Amino acid sequence: MNKAIKVNDLSKTLSEYSEIVGSDVVGHLFQLASPLKGMRVVHINSTRMGGGVAEILYKMVPLMNDLGLDARWEIITGGPEFYECTKAFHNGIQGNQVVVPEILFKAYEAANAETAETLRPLLKDTDLVIVHDPQPAALIRHFPERRNKWVWRCHIDASHPVRQVWKYLQGYVEHYDASIFSLSSFARRLPHPVYLIAPSIDPLHEKNVDLDETESLAAREKFGIDPDRPMLLQVSRYDRFKDPLGVIAAYRLAKRFVPGVQLVLAGGGASDDPEGAVVLNEVRAAAAEDPDIHVLLLPADAHRTINALQRTSDIIIQKSIREGFGLTVTEGMWKQKPIIGGDTGGIRIQVTNHHTGFLVNTPEGAALRIRYLFQNREKMKEMGVKAKAFVRENFLVTRHLREYLTLMFGILHGQEDRIVLG
Amino acid sequence: METTEHQGEPFAIKDCALIAIATGEKAQNLRELREILRRIDPASVYYHFWGGLLRPRFDDPEYHNDFAIWVYRDLHDKPLAEQLAVLDPASYETIEDLRSETIDIVEDHLYRKETPTWAPRDRQFEFIRSQIVVFNTNLLVEVPEDLMNILPDLSVGSIFFHFIDGRRRNENGMDDFSFWLSSKGSRCRSLCQCIAQIDPYFSSLADLRGALARCFEKHLRDEQGHQGE
Repeated sequence: MNKAIKVNDLSKTLSEYSEIVGSDVVGHLFQLASPLKGMRVVHINSTRMGGGVAEILYKMVPLMNDLGLDARWEIITGGPEFYECTKAFHNGIQGNQVVVPEILFKAYEAANAETAETLRPLLKDTDLVIVHDPQPAALIRHFPERRNKWVWRCHIDASHPVRQVWKYLQGYVEHYDASIFSLSSFARRLPHPVYLIAPSIDPLHEKNVDLDETESLAAREKFGIDPDRPMLLQVSRYDRFKDPLGVIAAYRLAKRFVPGVQLVLAGGGASDDPEGAVVLNEVRAAAAEDPDIHVLLLPADAHRTINALQRTSDIIIQKSIREGFGLTVTEGMWKQKPIIGGDTGGIRIQVTNHHTGFLVNTPEGAALRIRYLFQNREKMKEMGVKAKAFVRENFLVTRHLREYLTLMFGILHGQEDRIVLG
Repeated sequence: METTEHQGEPFAIKDCALIAIATGEKAQNLRELREILRRIDPASVYYHFWGGLLRPRFDDPEYHNDFAIWVYRDLHDKPLAEQLAVLDPASYETIEDLRSETIDIVEDHLYRKETPTWAPRDRQFEFIRSQIVVFNTNLLVEVPEDLMNILPDLSVGSIFFHFIDGRRRNENGMDDFSFWLSSKGSRCRSLCQCIAQIDPYFSSLADLRGALARCFEKHLRDEQGHQGE
């Protein structure tokens, strides 16, 4: 078990955000958090590096501390069978047919039991436990006498889960005091309040801060990407739901009409994702004959590299066929790029056809929109400007933080429609 | 009724934050929409008419409430979408009145429509309700000029609470700013008229804040100018 992260010395951090989102927004956060000062909150997920959840917590926890809460971040760990099981859960919740053998359930339960014992002193004394995704969901069964509040945060699209997986997990989840889903369409019916909170990006994270042109172009050069030719980029884990082979098909269809176009597929492996290597090999095989397709396997901390690639690309693609939310879409929009995204999940609330990009269902649809945008460069710019403004208003970490604080009042005050403080 | 101001009292600036809660109720066609509308929590009706101001929504939607947007995008019924879009929630005294009118429009349409339209399974109307947390900012304003000075810096939550939500709390459907200013006598009459002309339904909260600030500037600065002559 890694040592807990507790970062308090960030008093200037929130003021830095005021330059981006406005001082009114930051002032609002301090006002809202004031009655919660000193509240002990523990977040638990399964990895500190790689994946959207870790990225959110990396910033969310220090910001909560900055607002006067006592927030910590812990992780659950386990052996290979634990990760195999939770990967199967992940796929099963998203509707991919999986059958989880009994031995994997046992590994899952053992990892949760072990983590529960390690964290018992902390979790017993905290006010609020926020458990992220299925990996640590079973922790709650080890605290039957709890007097604090427990919230399960599901970052995955759980709209059509595999019955075996959901039935099993529901046995744990229904004991929580509330749950959080990213979108209403992802949510399950549960015997407690189901809050809806979209995720966010951090504009001050290395992945999103402004970069100078030299640094951006250096990243292209490093990977042998021609700086003078157009570039399409998809950033995501090598995962079937992200449809990297579909992106290659779309690129091939468009290339006839956009000579010289290059495709970059950039992704990393997360420590809880054993299937990634299999998909990566399939992608490499599909791209082998074409020097203009760059398949990059980046380390989990290659944030500035991803930032640079996003900034120097012409179009950001996220052609997922299933998507939890699609934070890479948000990141691309923040860099003023038009998006061609799969018509699924959270991509739908970020991409508005003809305004911030296009929603597509097939490689053919993606190819058509690639051609259209390269024929209409002004439209690309216009979409990029709108996209950034939309993210500033709706998908930055400050909004996310506000909703967590609001939820805390909801959890503490019960289910009344209107909670009037002091 | 919860009021924040009384005649002669300072204006207490409050702020609010809204969080969405799934109700689990979903409609795939108009009949289901009508049935759920009849029984759903009033906080859900409120959310679907006003909640768009405080949650992610592209700033140029074709229609301005969630019912109209769904009918247009997912049932592809443009006439009904237009009828629902024109509903102005600010003009109804209570949420129940607004609910009743919405149901009437849907029912009337169902009566005339020969075949029901179904939305795809992943495009159902999902009823959401809101929970609002209201908190003090510890700012008290004694005179309208002070309110004018701080208006540009108010959070959008404050604008929502005083300019939108106030209509639900004040008996005459007035927003909190107008309610308080009307207690100041004739000197604020033209300012109140200016505020009354701001349509709260077709702008973002940031735009509303700008429009309010312009009204205050125009009418209070003009008045100061006249006094200085």
